[in-house]
Amino acid sequence: MLEIKNLHVKLEEEDKVILRGVDLTVEAGKVHAIMGPNGSGKSTLSYVLSGRDGYEVTDGSATLLGQDILGMEPEERAAAGLFLAFQYPVEIPGVGNMTFLRSAVNAQRKARGEPEMSSTEFLKVIREKAKELEIDADMLKRPVNVGFSGGEKKRNEILQMAMLEPKMCILDETDSGLDVDAMKLVSDGVNALRDEGRGFLVITHYQRLLDHIQPDVVHIMSNGRIVKTGGPELALEVEKNGYADLKETA
Amino acid sequence: MMALLKKKAPDARKLEATAARLDALTIPQGGWAEPARRDAAARLRAQGLPQGRDEYWKFTRPDTLTQEDAPRAAVLEPGETPIFDAFDRLKIVFTDGVFDPEASDALALEHVEIERLATSRADIHWAKDLYGTLEARGQVPVDRPLAAFNTAFATDGLLIRVIGRAPKPIAIIYRHESETSDAILHHVVKVEEGGELTLLETGPAAARFNKCMEVDVADGAAFRHIRTQGRDHERRAATHIFGRLGAESVFKSFTLTMNGKLTRNECVLELTGDDAVAHVAGACVGDGDFHHDDTVFITHDAVNCESRQVFKKVLRNGAVGVFQGKILVQPGAQRTDGYQISQSLLLDEDSQFLAKPELEIYADDVACSHGSTSGAIDEEALFYLRARGLPKADATVYLTLAFLAEAVQEIDDEDLQAEIVGRIEAWLFRRRR
Ligand SMILES: Nc1ncnc2c1ncn2[C@@H]1O[C@H](COP(=O)(O)OP(=O)(O)OP(=O)(O)O)[C@@H](O)[C@H]1O
Ligand SMILES: [Mg+2]
Repeated sequence: MLEIKNLHVKLEEEDKVILRGVDLTVEAGKVHAIMGPNGSGKSTLSYVLSGRDGYEVTDGSATLLGQDILGMEPEERAAAGLFLAFQYPVEIPGVGNMTFLRSAVNAQRKARGEPEMSSTEFLKVIREKAKELEIDADMLKRPVNVGFSGGEKKRNEILQMAMLEPKMCILDETDSGLDVDAMKLVSDGVNALRDEGRGFLVITHYQRLLDHIQPDVVHIMSNGRIVKTGGPELALEVEKNGYADLKETA
Repeated sequence: MMALLKKKAPDARKLEATAARLDALTIPQGGWAEPARRDAAARLRAQGLPQGRDEYWKFTRPDTLTQEDAPRAAVLEPGETPIFDAFDRLKIVFTDGVFDPEASDALALEHVEIERLATSRADIHWAKDLYGTLEARGQVPVDRPLAAFNTAFATDGLLIRVIGRAPKPIAIIYRHESETSDAILHHVVKVEEGGELTLLETGPAAARFNKCMEVDVADGAAFRHIRTQGRDHERRAATHIFGRLGAESVFKSFTLTMNGKLTRNECVLELTGDDAVAHVAGACVGDGDFHHDDTVFITHDAVNCESRQVFKKVLRNGAVGVFQGKILVQPGAQRTDGYQISQSLLLDEDSQFLAKPELEIYADDVACSHGSTSGAIDEEALFYLRARGLPKADATVYLTLAFLAEAVQEIDDEDLQAEIVGRIEAWLFRRRR
């Protein structure tokens, strides 16, 4: 599904290297988790994959379903099936949440040559999914993320994911700022989407989320590299001992 | 009251040039308006026509507005249905400044008296007390010579008296058909106590258009005004609105400007009765050879009044936006609530926004705020929308509409608001890249 090879990334404007050779493959149907100390490059990896400006890939590759994505525009990557749930969802005053989401769904469909979703169908589906995430009608009408609480923003990200039905979902600290109940809602939302054809990359600091969304593979990122890969037990190890034994020794 | 005293005497050369220009013109003769026209001409001779050196014209060159002949302006084939076409309204059409009876509805509307300036003859006409009166009041503390020029030389206009609730809007449609037309129109609107009117004004009007509108809103009356200035790229316009607001009255004006080589819209409002509400808003979108100037002056001279100025400009390809806005709070105008915001969204580095927001306050119990900013599209927001699949050009359109929203939302009627948004959206989508 997602194949990252020897990815090297530096900041465009500065001589600061952030990713130093990331190798990572997420297979369809699998959930991979990435853990790692603050500043190790986890969010940078997710931004580079989704096409944000400001980074320069100096070496390596990333493909989604065999397609090179690094040369694509962000919207092309989205249409190709990539989704990033942002660590810090952006507030967009003046753009209604529902209008935005409907345009996004249809823009992606159009890019893929699929028929647009009618407004009646869209309304029906979004109401259903919003209900599952306990997002009320008022939040749907409000401008995107404006005045949403931290937890509401994260739930809104998952709603977008559910509506867009991407193939490869990257979740950047979607658990941060969630209370226990919201954590359950969000995890249920993610689990509902788990299927054979879809891959997940879940970035988190806490085992707690992984209790709900059980990963197949856990990676540890440190200083811009994947330094260790293992099964779910690796996350438990981090929870117990921190990163002291895992950090890159080079 | 200090502010009222600081006029500078104009220089002799300027006055000579003005006299020479006016000597070549003839004031329309006869009728009740003639004395007011003569007074206005005298005012103008004392002020002089505006020049680039004038403080009030430092951001906008007045020469093409004052020169003898109107610069040529090509007529645009709009390629869309006329705005507000689907709305039930009383249509009054002027083509290149000339009343068009064929295209207009009969000048009759329940609770409203409508006449034309060029044909109303009765010497006891109600408009006699208003014509040129609010314009003259608006000449202090700042000269507005193009308005005095208008009062003196206007060839026609509408005299509208509203004595109850108008059952539908009056729509003045300004068509532009001649490349060299030079139109001067002057409207007088009087909304009597308890009356209510919505006035729509649309269209480019002429190659060069000088328009003045005096609006007297009596106690408890309401006047709503929605204007779109027409998309002809080469047109030029200098417009003035002079409003006087009585107690508990409402005045709301919104202007959409898309294209136009030169536009100067002045709005001068006086809140003279307690608890009055005045909102003036504008949204403009300009691409390339576009210069748009909003100049607003609101005087609070009563207790517990509210005023809002909301101006948003989207500028690209070297377009220029200007905002000069002032709130003057007179002594005793306690509990004034004044808000002023002027913002521009610069879609490239060639475009420019020049702003001079001002507050002058002589009362102590007052809440006034003003803010002026110019900035580019928010890159964070743009990336967020694109990461969800919206093409960059579409995402830019959404963010631009979002930027304009605060101004557009000043239109109370949701259907009219939606029509305006649709037109802006179409303009933006035509330029999508
Ligand atoms: N645009 C930028 N400008 C400057 N430094 C940056 C930029 N983007 C990332 N960095 C730096 O790169 C490093 C990696 O940042 P990144 O946000 O990817 O870390 P992270 O692993 O997601 O951390 P956290 O767990 O705190 O979210 C940090 O040192 C960060 O300061
Ligand atoms: Mg991070």
